Amino acid sequence: MKRHYTDLHLCPSIQDAKQTQEMIDKAAKLGYRLTAITFHSNCTEQEIQQIKSICAEANIDLATRVDLKPNTPGELIRSLRKLRRKFEIVAVICDTKNVSRQAAKDRRVDLLNFPCTDFHRRFFDMAEAELASSAVASLEIEIRPLLTTEGAARIRLLSSLRKEAATAKDFHVPIVISSGATNELLMRKPIELATLASLFDLDKKSTLDAVSKNPQTIVRTNREKLCPKFIAPGIRLVKKGKDC
Amino acid sequence: MLKRTKRRYLALQIDSPEIFDSKEFIDAIWNAVTKLYGEYGASQTSLAMIDYNTERRLAIIRTANTTVDMVRAALASITRIGNMPLALHVLAVSGTIKALHRKAKQQIS
Repeated sequence: MKRHYTDLHLCPSIQDAKQTQEMIDKAAKLGYRLTAITFHSNCTEQEIQQIKSICAEANIDLATRVDLKPNTPGELIRSLRKLRRKFEIVAVICDTKNVSRQAAKDRRVDLLNFPCTDFHRRFFDMAEAELASSAVASLEIEIRPLLTTEGAARIRLLSSLRKEAATAKDFHVPIVISSGATNELLMRKPIELATLASLFDLDKKSTLDAVSKNPQTIVRTNREKLCPKFIAPGIRLVKKGKDC
Repeated sequence: MLKRTKRRYLALQIDSPEIFDSKEFIDAIWNAVTKLYGEYGASQTSLAMIDYNTERRLAIIRTANTTVDMVRAALASITRIGNMPLALHVLAVSGTIKALHRKAKQQIS
């Protein structure tokens, strides 16, 4: 079966319509069928619709995404309560251990993102993986830091990512590989992202799943949940009225 | 008897506002392979430049069959030549130059 590739993290400046359009066109040209763009938490419906129409022109599906960067677990819970039903994908930037633990156990979180290149502040260990595994959160690995760092920093980053990927695999935490591109020249073809992911000692099938099956499952599940007919997992409203 | 080394040809699209000469280009690829896999890894790739077209922004390189994934990862890791930003995308991979041209043409059109 042919894979449909997905990049769950494009970061164009939403205010810059030209750059956003160029990046969306580029994503379509590189072979992506679905892409997620990070919106501001207080963005308007009009802004979202504007980007959706650009994506429709480029023949690419758009998933709306918000990146939460809370300082405390309480702040994370409040943000999730406010934003979960507004966006299709919720990612948490885990900068502190408390936040990363809370994010891993909260079922409303889709992606756990560890942006720091300092390996002391990357909190995806076995305890985190166990929590993420039971809450069905995924580990997001961005390729941009790999492209932008050099020398010792990149060596340490590769080492951390290899350990995190192995831990995620042991605890059956899905891995999502995304570009995190802020401009066109940091965008790569899905196969190229998968090849770069092979540097984390993942097998070929896992790397391809990380750019196709895993992100698509997240988007499909969340769209189903955000549908007005959704009641609970496995239960949806089929018919309503007097003749039911 | 010594086993014949199988080769793979890669058609590359150069995505950059600048134009580079072929030496700068192949040096950048060698540097990327060496940075990611070290000199030992780079020695296994048998990299060679076959064709370089600045007008069409296309290049063809050759590598050993066993190291195609290594070279692909190294190519994807290139973000600049000197101070000029660029991205390299693999258009097609093939065992013969003839088939490579056919595949690359399909990708472009």
